[in-house]
Amino acid sequence: MALDLVQLAPEMGQFSLILSLCLSAALFVLPLVGAHYGSNVLMQSARSLATGFFIFVVFAFCCLVYSFLHDDFSVKYVASNSNSLLPYYYKISAVWGGHEGSLLLWILMLSGWTLAVAIFSRSLPLDMQARVLAIMGFVAVGFLSFILFTSNPFDRILPVPPQDGSDLNPLLQDIGLIIHPPVLYMGYVGFSVVFAFAIAALMTGRLDSAWARWSRPWATMAWGFLSVGIALGSWWAYYELGWGGWWFWDPVENASFLPWLIGTALIHSLAVTEKRSLFKSWTLLLAIFTFSLSLLGTFLVRSGVLTSVHAFANDPERGIFILGFFLVVVGGSLTLFALRAPVVRGSAGFTLLSRETFLLGNNILLTILMIMVLIGTLYPLVADALSLGKISVGPPYFNLFFLPLMGLLCLLMAFGPLSNWKRTSGMQFVKLLWKPWSISLAIALVFPLVYRDQYEILAALTVFIASWIVTALVADLLYRLRNSESMMVGLKKLSVSYFAMIIAHAGIAVTTVGVGLTSIYTEQRDVRMEVGQKVTVVEYDFILNKLTHIDGPNYSAEEALITVMKDGKFLREMKPQKRRYTATGSTMTEVALDVGLFRDLYVAMGEPLNETAWAMRVHLKPFVRWIWLGALMMGFGAVLAVADKRYRKPVKQELLAVTNPVGKLVNE
Amino acid sequence: MNKQRLFLFIPLIVFALLAVLFWRGLSLNPNEMPSALLNKPVPAFELPVLPAPENPQGLVSANHEMLKGKVSLLNVWATWCTTCKQEHEFLNTLKAQGVLIYGINYKDNTEDAQRWLAELHNPYVYSVLDEDGRLGLNLGVFGAPETYVIDKQGVIRYKHIGDVNAQVWEQTIKPVIDSLN
Repeated sequence: MALDLVQLAPEMGQFSLILSLCLSAALFVLPLVGAHYGSNVLMQSARSLATGFFIFVVFAFCCLVYSFLHDDFSVKYVASNSNSLLPYYYKISAVWGGHEGSLLLWILMLSGWTLAVAIFSRSLPLDMQARVLAIMGFVAVGFLSFILFTSNPFDRILPVPPQDGSDLNPLLQDIGLIIHPPVLYMGYVGFSVVFAFAIAALMTGRLDSAWARWSRPWATMAWGFLSVGIALGSWWAYYELGWGGWWFWDPVENASFLPWLIGTALIHSLAVTEKRSLFKSWTLLLAIFTFSLSLLGTFLVRSGVLTSVHAFANDPERGIFILGFFLVVVGGSLTLFALRAPVVRGSAGFTLLSRETFLLGNNILLTILMIMVLIGTLYPLVADALSLGKISVGPPYFNLFFLPLMGLLCLLMAFGPLSNWKRTSGMQFVKLLWKPWSISLAIALVFPLVYRDQYEILAALTVFIASWIVTALVADLLYRLRNSESMMVGLKKLSVSYFAMIIAHAGIAVTTVGVGLTSIYTEQRDVRMEVGQKVTVVEYDFILNKLTHIDGPNYSAEEALITVMKDGKFLREMKPQKRRYTATGSTMTEVALDVGLFRDLYVAMGEPLNETAWAMRVHLKPFVRWIWLGALMMGFGAVLAVADKRYRKPVKQELLAVTNPVGKLVNE
Repeated sequence: MNKQRLFLFIPLIVFALLAVLFWRGLSLNPNEMPSALLNKPVPAFELPVLPAPENPQGLVSANHEMLKGKVSLLNVWATWCTTCKQEHEFLNTLKAQGVLIYGINYKDNTEDAQRWLAELHNPYVYSVLDEDGRLGLNLGVFGAPETYVIDKQGVIRYKHIGDVNAQVWEQTIKPVIDSLN
């Protein structure tokens, strides 16, 4: 009998996963033994093992994709997440639509990062390389055993496979969900590299600034991915869930936000450790925390400890496994930290008005924010564990502390780039910042007057904070260019990573504008709309022209045709839908959007009221795009920072370059 | 060990405390229902009955009083619920064993529901139509399928979330029913 590739693929994938588990176990053990006994052969094995681990995981992943594309419903995971009617691109994205597959995606990312470390860390001392890769191997062992023993995506339904799959959750049939998880996971998993560097440094006790320099690009890159990943998730929730919200303080959103907050602290703290050899223990702790929070995110989402819309795997057995792994990783690394981290020196070596202080302030505020979000996320769990009853913590709690603290952080953000290491004179700040301060104040006071009839004081505050960040960045840039013959010459002298910082910081300002102004100025009408009826939102008129029935590939839908007029002139047509997916019978709201840089028009169909009338949700959302635009800028900034040429130089030259560190004020 | 190093143990201690909480959290079931309705009568309702040939003659509507008299199961189902389909066959088996099952057709389309019962056999004495989910709301339904054990006085004695299968039946539901008879 001829071997059928479709029938064989799941077995090959399974086998390949087992092999990669063996390889990652070897990757964990051999290089560490080699580093301990000084065996070059064993240490050098790390790179080959990492490559092998990567290849087999990729192969397993491809096998699963193949099973999805060929509708092999004898594979349980395929049967419960796909359907023969699904278009091919959703069949591919359905691979990570459920628990098992998203775990495999996690591992795929991990193997990718491990390979990247193997490739880009050749200039590192051999034992450091070996140790870092071994730690990555350890993390891989944990996740591979988790997937193989508790959540195997290749499990079969035999002897009688279902005729057709039960379909991918319609919420997940969307472009946003094709790209959101991979990008988010790139961020989550990327922090494992920084974690591995921190642990390797603790093991060797070589806690000089070198490890900070090595970790920095990895931390920055992971942070960039995480920023974009979170933004994609928020964007997806905005247009797919049909509620018009873009952030819900949902436990799963928080789970991705926690590592972002502490990761932001980490990339700033790493700068201090690299340039000034300060905050060493603190930076190590942040590195451990960032990765721990990534694991915690996985733990919370996957175990069903917290109930939320995302917790699709309500399985205590899995929870116990992840918790065990979490205990080993975090408990182990914190014990190592307690025993080996350098004890703080007596004198700080910097004054109150210095870049160190501002970065410390940044770290403290971000850590407080992280702790508050963590408390809000875990409190329901804690209350339940202590038998205080089932409680859920809502947006009011989060907004209460988050907005003021974040506002404070953004206000202080302007000082960081302008300050010097060790000491900055107060006069310097006054001299450089009085203009940005007055300009921002003027813009902020005028903006609400011009924008809407009613004066919103909070809008003024938002605009002030954002323009304060941007104008201070401009002031800093101009100050740096003050001695150069021409603008171009001066710009060329500045490092790429300086521009990266400018773009990322400006990204924060842009997101601030988006979050603030959308929250304040959103106009929404939840109305009953008859055919022919008009709804007016500020200067826009929405007219329901007709309702039609439509048949899609795997759903049927009611579609409303809505004409939008602006100031009485025709603007465009909008076609929101209410879909009913045939396989699962679940209904979905397809929002109609008119996207603009300064405002979004948002129409969603609620419930049918009778033959000719629907409950409709019509929103005008000013500046909502800026939320995600800012995140993209942060991501771009991260890429740019890593592209800086200092990371491409061999180690020895780089040591010389450190005497004139990038980021320090030129000519100071 | 010097004094300052002791401070470095703080993160470890905090983590240990958190870990204990997680451990406890895991052993709790987030889906376990708040037992508000346990040992309380079924909420009052008066709903139309899903037309089916197996229904008692001439029955068009039903109410909570009609659940009294014998120990029975009250099963929440819908045609849009895939797990209900898995569960359905076992409900047929139970009917054959003489177990009284009343159905709540939850937020569903009546024609779909009739077709479903005609194709898959009807395990219910009758099903009431809870189209807008009002009864489901009063019962605290999380989602279909759910099954309630009702005693002779029409009081809820047990609630099961998810499908009833042979294992659930033998281990949890049957013992409850036996204790009531």
